[in-house]
Amino acid sequence: MIEARNLRKTFNKGKVVAVDEVSFSARDGQITGLLGPNGAGKTTTLRMLYTLLKPDSGSMRVDGIDPSDEPLKIKRTLGVVPDSRGLYDRLSARENIRYYGRLHGLASTAIERRIDEFVQVLDMGEFIDRKTDGFSQGQRVKVAIARALIHEPRTVLLDEPSNGLDVMTTRALREFLRQLKAQGRCVVLSTHIMQEVAALCDHIVIIARGRVAAEGTAQELLARSGKDSLEDAFVKLIGSDEGLLA
Amino acid sequence: MMGVYLKELLDNFRDRRVILNTLILGPLMGPVIFAVMISFMTRQATERMEAPLELPVIGAEHAPSLVGFLERQGVIITAPPEDPEAAVRQEIEEVILRLGPEFAEAWESGHPAPVELIADLSLRYSGTTISRVRGYLNAWSGQVSQLRLQLRGVHPDLTRPINVQVTDLSTPESRGGMVLAFLPYFILITVFMGSMHMAIDTTAGERERKSLEPLLINPLPRWQIMAGKLAATTSFALMTLALGLVAFVVAMGFLPVADMDIALNLDLRVAAWAFILCAPAALLAAALLTILAAFAKSFREAQSYMGLVILVPMIPSFWILIDPTRTETWMTMVPLLSQNVLILDLVRGEAVNLAWFGLSILTTGLAALVLATIAGTLYNRPNLIFTSG
Repeated sequence: MIEARNLRKTFNKGKVVAVDEVSFSARDGQITGLLGPNGAGKTTTLRMLYTLLKPDSGSMRVDGIDPSDEPLKIKRTLGVVPDSRGLYDRLSARENIRYYGRLHGLASTAIERRIDEFVQVLDMGEFIDRKTDGFSQGQRVKVAIARALIHEPRTVLLDEPSNGLDVMTTRALREFLRQLKAQGRCVVLSTHIMQEVAALCDHIVIIARGRVAAEGTAQELLARSGKDSLEDAFVKLIGSDEGLLA
Repeated sequence: MMGVYLKELLDNFRDRRVILNTLILGPLMGPVIFAVMISFMTRQATERMEAPLELPVIGAEHAPSLVGFLERQGVIITAPPEDPEAAVRQEIEEVILRLGPEFAEAWESGHPAPVELIADLSLRYSGTTISRVRGYLNAWSGQVSQLRLQLRGVHPDLTRPINVQVTDLSTPESRGGMVLAFLPYFILITVFMGSMHMAIDTTAGERERKSLEPLLINPLPRWQIMAGKLAATTSFALMTLALGLVAFVVAMGFLPVADMDIALNLDLRVAAWAFILCAPAALLAAALLTILAAFAKSFREAQSYMGLVILVPMIPSFWILIDPTRTETWMTMVPLLSQNVLILDLVRGEAVNLAWFGLSILTTGLAALVLATIAGTLYNRPNLIFTSG
C-alpha cells in the first residue's frame, strides 16, 4: 500500500521543477500505472518512493512507513526495477541475482530456492548460468526483475518495465505482473505507453508536467474525458499531445 | 559488506585482462626494468673504464714526450679529424687533445704549456672518458714537476703540504642502498597501479554500467557498500604489493652484485618489513583513487584523472632522489614520504627503528582512514548516483 501526498522535488536549487505536486495511492492486490509523457516526473516520483531522492515537501507512506525516516526498512519491503538495469557482465545471471540476495541478507538455501522459482516463472533456464555479457534486452529485464524480487517484497515498483522489449517478452512480463497482483502484492509501474496501462492496470494515474492530471480506472478516465479511446482521453486530460509520439 | 567485497573480487578476477595487467605485468614491470637498467648501467660503466682509450691528438709533434707517456699508459693515439670542434659537436669524437705550436715554446722556457681538451661537458656519457684523459695528464704533469724539483735539489714533498686520506666506512650493504634508491618509488607506484583498476571499476564502472542505482536500492547503509568496495580495492593493492616485493627480491638475485662491489640487502625479511610499512599506503591509495573515480561518469573519464594522481607518490620519491638527507622524525610522519625514507633505511641494512615504523604506519593509516571516511559519504550525493537526470 502506497500513499503519496503533495510530493514536490526540484533540482538545481529550485530552478528545475521535476515533480510539482503529485498525490496518489496504490492499493495491495492491484496494479497501478503511472502514465505520462517523457519528462513528466514519473521516474523522479518513483525515486523518491524508493528513497534515492528526498522530496522537498509532501509526505509518503509505504505500508504506513515514511521512506525518508526509515530508508533501510522501506528498502526491505520494496522490490524495485529501476530505469537503469545494469547487470555485471562478467557474472552469470545466477551470480547477479545471488549477489542481491546476499545484500538482502538472505540465506544461501533461500536464495537458490528463489532463483529456481524465477527460472520457472520467467523462463530463464536457457541462460541462467551464462555470463550476462551479450544478453538481449528481454533477458536483461528478466534478470533485473528476478534480482529485484529475490526477497519476496510486498510492494513492487517498476520504472518503464517494457522499454525495449519485443511483443513476446512484453506479454510474458504482463503475465508475470498479473501473478504478482494475484499474490496480493502492491504493483506500481510507470510507462508512457497507453496500451500497457489499458491492458494491465487496475488504477491509472496520469502525470503531466509534475502534476497528477487525472486518476481512476480506465473506464472512469474515459467517462471523465468523454472520449472513446484511452489515447484521446489521455491527450484531453493532459491538455496536449506533447511527448506522446516519443 | 562482505557480500559487496566478495562480489567485487569475483567480478574482477573474472576479467583476464585485469588480472594480467594488475597482478602480473604491474608487479613484474618495476623489478624487470630495474634489474635490466642496473645491470646495463654497471656493464656500461665497467666497459668505459676498462676499454682501451682512443684519443685523437692534434699537434702530437709538438709534445713527443707527452704523447710517448700516453702511449706507454696504453692510450691509442689516433689521427685528428679535419674539423675537431665539429667532430665533437656531432658526437663523432668524445674528447680531442690539442697541442698548439706554442706548447714547445712554453715548455722550453719553463712556463705552463697550454694543453687543450675539446669536449662537450653536457654529454654525460663522455664524462668517464674525459676524466680518464685528465687523470693521465695529471699523472704526467706530476711526474714532470717531480723531476724538475729533483733536478734543482728540492724534495718533491715540499709541494705537498697535506696528505688527504678518506676512510670509507660504507659497507657493501650501504653502497647497495645507493643502487636501490629507486626502490621506494617503484614499490609505491605498484601500490597505486594495483588499486587503480579496481577503484575505477567499482565506482565509475558501476555508473557506466548503470548498475549503481539498482545496487543502492538494496537495504544496506551506503557507507557499507563503499566499505566493501574499498576493502576489495585495498586487497588488490596489497596483492600487487606483495607480488611486487617478491618479484623485486627475485630480480635483484640476477644482478651482478659482485662486479659492482655492493651487496643488495633485499631478502624476504626486508620485503616483509616493507610490506608492513606500505600496507597503510595501500588503503590510502585505494581511498584516494576511489574518491576521484567516484566523481567520474565513465571509465575513460576516471582514467584521465588517474594519470595525474599517479604523480602523487612520485613527488616524495623524487625529492629524496634529488635532495638525499638523513631520516628525521618528522619525515616518518608524512604519508608516502615516510615509506620512502624508511625503505631506504631498510635496504641500507640499518636496524629497524620501531618507533619510526610505528609513526609511519600510524600517520599513513590515519590519513587513509580520513580519506576512506570521505569515500564512505560519497554515495549520499544524488548527483553521484544517477547517470542521467
